[in-house]
Amino acid sequence: MSVGKNEPRRDGPAKLTGRAKYLDDLDIPGCWHGVTVRATVPHGKIKSVSYDPSFPWQECVIATAEDIPGKNLVALIEADQPLLADGIVRHREEAVILIAHPDRATAYEAAKRVKIEYEPLPPVFDMEKSEKVFKSFKIERGDVDAGFAAADVIVEGEYRTPSQEQAYIENNAIAAYEENGILIVTGSIQCPYYVLKAMKQAFDRDETKIRVIQTVTGGGFGGKEEYPSMLAGHAALLALKAGRPVKIVYDRHEDMTATTKRHPAIVRHKTGLMKDGKLVAQDIEVVMDGGAYATLSAVVLSRGTLHAAGVYECPNTRVRSKVVMTHTPPNGAFRGFGAPQTLFAVELHWEKIADVLKIDSLVLRQKNIFKLGSTTATGQKLLESVGAEECLQKTVKGSKYVAKRKEYDRWNKSSKNKTWKGIGLAVCHHGAGFTGSGEVYLASRAGVALTRSGELIVLAASTEIGQGTNTMFAQVASDALGVPASWFSVETPDTHKVPDSGPTVASRTCMVVGGLVSRATRELKRAFEAEYGKVPKTPADLKKAAAVLCAGKAARRFEVQYEKPPEVTWDDATYRGDAYGVYSYAAIAVDLEIDKLTYEVRVNKVTTAQDIGKAINPLLAEGQIIGGSTQGLGWALLEEPIFKDGIMINGQFTNYIIPTSLDTPPFQVSLVEKPYSRGPFGAKGVGELPMDIPGPAVAAAVKHATGRLIPTLPHTPERIAKALS
Amino acid sequence: MRGDAKSMTVLRPRSAAEAVKSYAKVPTAMPLAGGTDLMVGWNLGVLNGRSILDLSRVAEWKKINVVSDGIDIGSLVTHSEIQKHPVIRKRFPLLVAACGTVGAAQIQNRGTIGGNIANASPAGDTFPALAVYEATVRVLGQSGRRGVPISEIFAGVKKTTLKPGELIEAVFLPFTDTAPTRGVFRKVGTRAAQAISKTMFAGLLFNGKGGVLAEARLAFGSLAPTVRRLYAAESFLKGRKLDDKTINAAAELMTTDVSPIDDIRSTREYRLVVSRNLLIAFLKGEVK
Repeated sequence: MSVGKNEPRRDGPAKLTGRAKYLDDLDIPGCWHGVTVRATVPHGKIKSVSYDPSFPWQECVIATAEDIPGKNLVALIEADQPLLADGIVRHREEAVILIAHPDRATAYEAAKRVKIEYEPLPPVFDMEKSEKVFKSFKIERGDVDAGFAAADVIVEGEYRTPSQEQAYIENNAIAAYEENGILIVTGSIQCPYYVLKAMKQAFDRDETKIRVIQTVTGGGFGGKEEYPSMLAGHAALLALKAGRPVKIVYDRHEDMTATTKRHPAIVRHKTGLMKDGKLVAQDIEVVMDGGAYATLSAVVLSRGTLHAAGVYECPNTRVRSKVVMTHTPPNGAFRGFGAPQTLFAVELHWEKIADVLKIDSLVLRQKNIFKLGSTTATGQKLLESVGAEECLQKTVKGSKYVAKRKEYDRWNKSSKNKTWKGIGLAVCHHGAGFTGSGEVYLASRAGVALTRSGELIVLAASTEIGQGTNTMFAQVASDALGVPASWFSVETPDTHKVPDSGPTVASRTCMVVGGLVSRATRELKRAFEAEYGKVPKTPADLKKAAAVLCAGKAARRFEVQYEKPPEVTWDDATYRGDAYGVYSYAAIAVDLEIDKLTYEVRVNKVTTAQDIGKAINPLLAEGQIIGGSTQGLGWALLEEPIFKDGIMINGQFTNYIIPTSLDTPPFQVSLVEKPYSRGPFGAKGVGELPMDIPGPAVAAAVKHATGRLIPTLPHTPERIAKALS
Repeated sequence: MRGDAKSMTVLRPRSAAEAVKSYAKVPTAMPLAGGTDLMVGWNLGVLNGRSILDLSRVAEWKKINVVSDGIDIGSLVTHSEIQKHPVIRKRFPLLVAACGTVGAAQIQNRGTIGGNIANASPAGDTFPALAVYEATVRVLGQSGRRGVPISEIFAGVKKTTLKPGELIEAVFLPFTDTAPTRGVFRKVGTRAAQAISKTMFAGLLFNGKGGVLAEARLAFGSLAPTVRRLYAAESFLKGRKLDDKTINAAAELMTTDVSPIDDIRSTREYRLVVSRNLLIAFLKGEVK
C-alpha cells in the first residue's frame, strides 16, 4: 500500500537542484520577447496612439485589438473582458498594445516609446459606491425576523479584509508558436483547458488546431487559474503576427500590479442568541470588490456566501451578498476563493458575542458547532465525515487553550512585562470540489493508459503546481491497481494528450480527479483480470500483460467521467440543497505576543487539527497545512496591497511584505481522518482549508492580548498602535 | 529583468588611483561596491545606457585597520566582515548589531559599508550607529583626500555631499575616551528579516560624576530624509540625572530634530509613538 505513506515528492529533486526548466529557462529557437503597453488611467476613452518616430519600429511586431482573428474576449464566465482594450480602458494596467522584439530590453524600451492619450472618465474605487453589480446571491433558512424577535441578545459587527497577492515564486509566463497549423501555447498555468476554451474564441479555431501544454510551474494559489488565458492570447497574437515563437514573461512588478488578486470584502453580521449562547438568528451581508471585469467573481462570491454562516447550526439564517465593479485590475481566484473573507467575519464575531454574553468564545462554538446530522444554511444535512468537533477538541487540547487564556490574563495584568500575550481560536468548514452543480457541468474526465511496452501513465489535466499532484495521483492509482507507486508515471498536462479533468482549483484535485483516476485504474484492473487472468506482479509480468491487453496497438486508455452521487441535490435558482458533496474541517489556535514598545506581533506557536478525510500522503498534507496557514498568517499580519488611484503602489517584494522563514512560527499539526465515502480512500480536500482561518485566530489572539477587537486585516503594528491610542 | 547589459559600459579599475582617474573621466558612472542596491536599479532598467564603475578589484579599500585612536574600515568591507571583526565587536557593538539587520545573510555578504553610505537611503541600516560613534567618512577625489563627518555626508533622500568624481575610501570610527555605560541599537522593520526599517534607534550614554549624565548620543533613522542626531534632547540631558521627569522632557524634545512622514511602509503617527517609546525605554534602561 502506498496510500498513507510519505512517498517523496516526484517533482522535488529537479526543483531543488535547479534542473527543472520553467518557461523562461526553455530555449525556444527563434523566440522573440513580447511586452505589453498598459493603460495609465483607471477609466478613459482612448483618444490617440502615437509611436515615437525616432524608434526603429521596423524591428518590432506590434499587435492591437484589430489583429485578433476571433472575438476580442478572454472567455470565462461572462463575455466582458477584452483580450486588448478596444476604445475604452476600465482599469490601470489594462493591456492595450503588444510589442515583440528579438531582444527583451529593446522590447521594453519600445513599450516606453508608445504614447496613448485618453479622455478621462470618472472612476469608481469604493466598492460601497459602485452601482454595477456583477452577481448577487441570497440564502434563506427558517424565519429570520421571528428568530431575532425570540433572541435574548442581538450582536452586530462589521468586518473588513484586504486584497492579497498570490506571491507564487514564478511570475506569469507563456510562450506561443504555430507548428504544422497547430497553435501551441505553453507555460506556467493551473488550468490548461481554461486556456484552451479562451483561445478557441479569440482565435476562432477548434481544439484540434490549438494545443495547450503546461511547463514546470512555480506555484499558482489561484493566481494562474484565469490570468494565463489572457496572457496566452497575448503571446499567441504576437506569435501569429510575427510568424515565429514569442514568449511573454512578466517581471515581479508587472505581475503584481497587472494580474488578479484576492477580492477585498466587507461583511456585516447581525446575530441573535439566547442567554446561554445558543444561536437563533443571523443576518449576514457580504460585499466584495470584483475589480473592472467579472472574471471568476461570481463563483468566488458563491463560495464566500456559502461559507458565510460558518460551521454552526442556526435555524434562522439569511445571507445576502453581492460582488461589484470598481476601476481596479480584476480580482480573481486565490486559495480559499471567497471563504477566508466571510470566515474571518463569522469567526471573529464570536469574540464580540463573547464579550456581550460574558461566555468564552470556545464555549459558544462548542454549543453551536456542526455535528453529524446538523443542517446547514442551505438546508444540507451533514450525514457523514463531519470532523468539526474533533478538530476543535484536538486544537484546544494541543494548544492548552484554556490554561493559556488564564495564564495570559494574569501576564497581561503586570505592567512589568514587556509584552502582551494572547491566544485565539477559529474553526471552519471548507466545501471540497466545485459548488453546487459545478462538478456536473464540468463533467470531468480522467484516466490511465497502458502502453504496449508496459508503461502505466496517469492521464489528467490537473497540474502539478507545487502541491504534490503527481505524487498523489501515482499513489492513488498504484493502490487501486495493487502495484508499487513507482510503476506509474503521470502524463504532462497537454490538451492533445490528456482528457479534460477540469481546472486545478477548489480543493478538487485529490478528491474529485483522484477519485476518477482511482475508478479508471479499477477498470484497468478488471481488464488485467479478465484478459490476462491477474494483475501483473513483476515488471516482466507487466510487459507480458501489456502486450496482451494492447493487442498490437501502441497503448490502451481507460477513461472515466464524473458521475454525480445520487444523494447530492442542489438547486441553483434557490441556492437550496447540498452546496458541496462534503466538507473538510479545521480548527486553529494562534499563540502570540505583542511588543509593548513597538506593537510588533510575534506568533510563538500555531496548533491546528484538520479533517481531510484521508491523508493520501501525510507529509505532503502537512506541508499544505503549514504552507497554507503561513499564507494565512501573512494575510493576517503583514500583507496589504496599497492602492492609489486604482493601482497597487507597493507592487514589489521590497514593500509588499510576505512572511519569511523567521516570521514563520513552529506548527503543531494533527490530521483528523473522517473518511468520505465518495473520496478516493476516503480523501476530501486540503488545498484551501488551511488558508481559511489563521486570520480570525490572529485577530482573536490580538484581542486577548490587548483587549481591543480590531475588525480589519491585516493586524499591522500601525493598526494595533492606533487601536490602543 | 529590464536591465540591458549591451547598453552599458563597465569600467574595472585595479587600484584606488585608477578608480579615481576612471571616475573623473566618466563622472556619470554608477559605482558598484557590492551591488545590492545597484541590482534593484538594474532589474528595473533604470541603469540602461549608464556606465558602471566596478570597484571590486580595489584591494586597498577592502581592509580593516586598527590604529591608535580608532578603527579604519575600508569602504568595500562587507556587513558580514564587520560583524566578524573582534575589535569592532568589542568597541562598536551597535554597528555590529546594525550590520546584522541588513537584509539577510546573502545581502550582508555582498553589501558594503561604503556602498550603504553612498546609496544614502533614509533607512540605511548602519547610519544611526555611525552617527552615535561620530564616524568620519574619508573620501578620495582627483584633488585629494578629505574627511567628512557622518553628520555632513548626507544631503537628502538618496543624496550625499560627495563632489563629482569623489569616491568613499574608508569610514573611520574614533575610540571613545571612556567606555559607554549603556548602548542600544534597535531596528523596527516590516518583518523579522529582509526588512526595511520603519524607525531605527541607536543610543549611547556616558555617566559622569555625582550620578549625572556626562553625555548622551541619540540617533534615529527613517524619521527624516537623513539620519538624525537628537541634538536638542542630547544637550538637555547633559549634566542631568535620569529621572522620569527628565526622561519625559527629553522625549518631548525629539520632534525638534526628526519629522517622520506617512509612506508606503508606515505612518508618521506610528513612527513617532514607537520612536518615543524606544527612546524612553532606552533612557530608563529597559531595552538591551
